[in-house]
Amino acid sequence: MTGTDLRVIVALGARSVKQTFRRPQLLAPIVVFPSILLAIQTAGAGQAVNLPGFPPVNSFLDFMLAGAMIQSTLLAGNSGGIALAVDIEMGFTDRLLAAPISRFGMVLGRLAGTAALSALAGIWFLVIGLIFGAHINEGVPGAIVMMLLVTLSGLAFGGIGAAVALRTGRASVVQGLFPLVFVILFLSSAFFPQDLLTGPAATIARYNPLSFIVEGIRDPVISSLSWEVFGKAIGSLVLVGAIGIALSSLALRRRLRMGG
Amino acid sequence: MTWAQSVEAVRALIRRAANEILRVPGAAIPGVLAPTIFFLGLTSVFGALDHLAGFPAPYKDWLIPVSLLQGAGFTGAATGVNLARDIEQGWFDRLLVSPAPRPVILAGLVLSAALRSLIPAAFLLVVGFAIGVQWPGLDGLVITLLVVMGMGTVAACWGTTLALKYRSQSAAPLMQAGMLLLVLTTTAYAPLALLTGWLHTVARYNPVTQILEAARQGFIGGVTWGDTWPGLLCLAGLLAVLSGLALRGMRRTAV
Repeated sequence: MTGTDLRVIVALGARSVKQTFRRPQLLAPIVVFPSILLAIQTAGAGQAVNLPGFPPVNSFLDFMLAGAMIQSTLLAGNSGGIALAVDIEMGFTDRLLAAPISRFGMVLGRLAGTAALSALAGIWFLVIGLIFGAHINEGVPGAIVMMLLVTLSGLAFGGIGAAVALRTGRASVVQGLFPLVFVILFLSSAFFPQDLLTGPAATIARYNPLSFIVEGIRDPVISSLSWEVFGKAIGSLVLVGAIGIALSSLALRRRLRMGG
Repeated sequence: MTWAQSVEAVRALIRRAANEILRVPGAAIPGVLAPTIFFLGLTSVFGALDHLAGFPAPYKDWLIPVSLLQGAGFTGAATGVNLARDIEQGWFDRLLVSPAPRPVILAGLVLSAALRSLIPAAFLLVVGFAIGVQWPGLDGLVITLLVVMGMGTVAACWGTTLALKYRSQSAAPLMQAGMLLLVLTTTAYAPLALLTGWLHTVARYNPVTQILEAARQGFIGGVTWGDTWPGLLCLAGLLAVLSGLALRGMRRTAV
């Protein structure tokens, strides 16, 4: 990667972040919606901590914090995809393609923006969690691990959103993935312990990579850092990221072959 | 305009909304899909909550009325989004210069939403019964559907008020989020006694709690007038307030 590539990635990433802050409809799903659900679910299902088999926690908020963070990163990936599709629709991507910059840098710039937004959302949830009484068992090192995993999640899920945007070039199609985000979330241990899920979700959550990622983020909050849990989270992120980048590359190549 | 002409104008607006369902079937999908995903998802995720002492029914029976109201909320809010689109495209201006009085136009808009809210309700009920939701009895079902139509109307009034204020489809998230908040800050997840913190207080005073309990009664037990009238009263109150706001917006809208 050359210095020019790096400058392109930083510039496009910064543009992506600014764009999100300027459009409330892109920011709302990343911060507002998960915050509202966190507040309602924490108070609505708070007594769940008394269920037999629920892991020992200080409060249900401690457990839910990781779920809100991962929900936010998934939606950040979706929003990033929508913004990229809008760029394609408005012809901005064509102008980038005509510029002397690497194709890889173009996509990576957008993903860097999504990762930065995920990190900011992670900090937001950490702060409101601490304000409302969440307790991070592993302290500052635990919070750093959480932020690392949340940022990498944004990068990985952003790849999937970018792939759909590049393949279809239509914001409405990427927006259509919004319900799918919740299907994936509900079929994981994002909001409840895996052993207490019911129906087919209990089985699917056992193999859903999202469960491993969310457990990695949750581990420092309710337990102690474990290499095994961290390793599984990183492995899952590498898997999702590799799929996203591979699909994005294929979609970009197809778009270039078809003439944008 | 005579009474008969007003009724015909309302019917024409309802027919237009129905045409939209036939011509753009995809537009109805979010209103149907979102509450169904939430119903199936939340039942799987929080299903074990019904093991808590004091939980009165299986979780899927507890949750289905919430999803029914959510579906009505999304469908009603969609009326606001469609109105904003009509405003943006100038179609609404043509409606305003017609001889139809403002209340007639509003009635056409919100009554179409009441009927459209039966689409997600029917789909959700089929899914619910397929996975074993308790049959609420004919009286319970009638009350539930009445409440669903009422909430569809409430949501349409809310969406219309916002559409007339912002005159842009970009207000859509506000229309949907408003209804979602109204429905979820109730006894949506658990009975009042099991709610904790701020939600316990908010749910106690949120009128939609009573509306939800009226819709829920058949699914978790028997239907009684005592559980029905508070819900109908709250629904009437919400309708009065929000239709008043929507009508005020209509009257202030100049061509």
